[in-house]
Amino acid sequence: MKPAQFDYLAPDSLDEAVAVLAERGPESRVLAGGQSLLIELRYRTSRPALLVDLNRVPGLSEIVLSDNSVHLGALVRHAQLERAPFDDPLADLFRQVAPYVGHPPIRARGTFAGSLAWAHPAAEWCALAMATGAEIELRGPAGRRAVPADAWFRGAFATACGPDELVTGVRLPRPPAGSRVAFAEHRRTHASFALAAAMVVLRLTGGRVGWVRIGLVNAADVPLRAVEAERVLTGELPSPELLAEAAARAAAEADPADEPHAPAAYRRHALGVLVRRCLARAVGDGTHDPAGDS
Amino acid sequence: MNVELTVNGEAHSLDVEPRTSLADALRDELGLTGTTLGCEHGVCGSCTVLVGGTAVRSCLMLAVQAQGEEVRTVEGLADGDRPHPLQEAFAAEHALQCGFCTPGFLMLLAGALAADPELGGDERRLDALLASNLCRCTGYAGIRRAAQRVARSDRSADSKDMRAPHIQA
Repeated sequence: MKPAQFDYLAPDSLDEAVAVLAERGPESRVLAGGQSLLIELRYRTSRPALLVDLNRVPGLSEIVLSDNSVHLGALVRHAQLERAPFDDPLADLFRQVAPYVGHPPIRARGTFAGSLAWAHPAAEWCALAMATGAEIELRGPAGRRAVPADAWFRGAFATACGPDELVTGVRLPRPPAGSRVAFAEHRRTHASFALAAAMVVLRLTGGRVGWVRIGLVNAADVPLRAVEAERVLTGELPSPELLAEAAARAAAEADPADEPHAPAAYRRHALGVLVRRCLARAVGDGTHDPAGDS
Repeated sequence: MNVELTVNGEAHSLDVEPRTSLADALRDELGLTGTTLGCEHGVCGSCTVLVGGTAVRSCLMLAVQAQGEEVRTVEGLADGDRPHPLQEAFAAEHALQCGFCTPGFLMLLAGALAADPELGGDERRLDALLASNLCRCTGYAGIRRAAQRVARSDRSADSKDMRAPHIQA
């Protein structure tokens, strides 16, 4: 279907974009990559009076590394993360996850920050933001603020973003040096959204789990961090039994809904399997069970 | 609203509604109906064109967003009467049946192979790329062979001889 009519503005600066949203925010939508927003406009599930296109605002496409964090501007595309040009556990995770986001032509335009603003329950980047403790940076009439990921996601397609605010970027803390990462996704067909997926960032210290973060995709109406499972692992020797126990704990923390092709119990089971596979890969001790269905 | 863009090397100034997709502007305003529209929501890839050399879904981009951009469509692939090597390879490898998805696949491959000529030799990455677009006649094997044929000819010196015998220049 064709979208309903709307006005279009492509401001040259953030100040101008902020000013426009201060005036017309509630009747506006902000356009970054547009690979989800344009679909919603076409379905007419969203009928904004005004589209504010950020693509003419300079400086939003940068990936900026500092000692403790990585900053992604609001226009950093999925494709930039697919070939993340730095050596770091976070970059490893970007490169592992990005190929699961859409297809190459979608990844050429869609943005990381846009995915977080969209807040689809099956979005891999949203779970990555939760797992790594990202902060979403906003600007609005009242100035700047940063919202931690665990306060950002309010439900399916619902975030803490105000109607007169816009996302200017995302700051992700860098995991401890030497962390290893793993990502595993289950989808019905090659081109389907994630039925469930898991990611692990883990550092071994003296053979024990020194630090670990676990993110769950499509495990609830919001992305989840499996904190109970992390607690099971921290400080312990990563035996196959421990990994299985942590995976079971992560599955218990999930709150999946029934989907046409996957009842909740099946999705919960799949999450446990995916977490266990990720853990086995991240500790790299050969406990990975290729059959993986237990 | 007014949009100034370059399509297949030619400058155009269009007057379109903001809601007009790039695909609709190409087809309805410029008469470039080689770009086909299947699903109109980013799934099928038949509307794939190059914007600034990169393959994108023209149904998921507004025409007004193409302000100042260089757009290339399937009509801009051939060099005069001489088909693009991808077009010749598609004919030689029978990489199309009904042809509806073909412009999208050609532009997808044109963008990807220009950015990374090694892609055609890497079956795993090539398959991941080709999964971007839908071919309902399920001619993927032929499409893959066509991409590999172009990649091979790019690496060999006698690329002029790869022309399909039944295509006259």
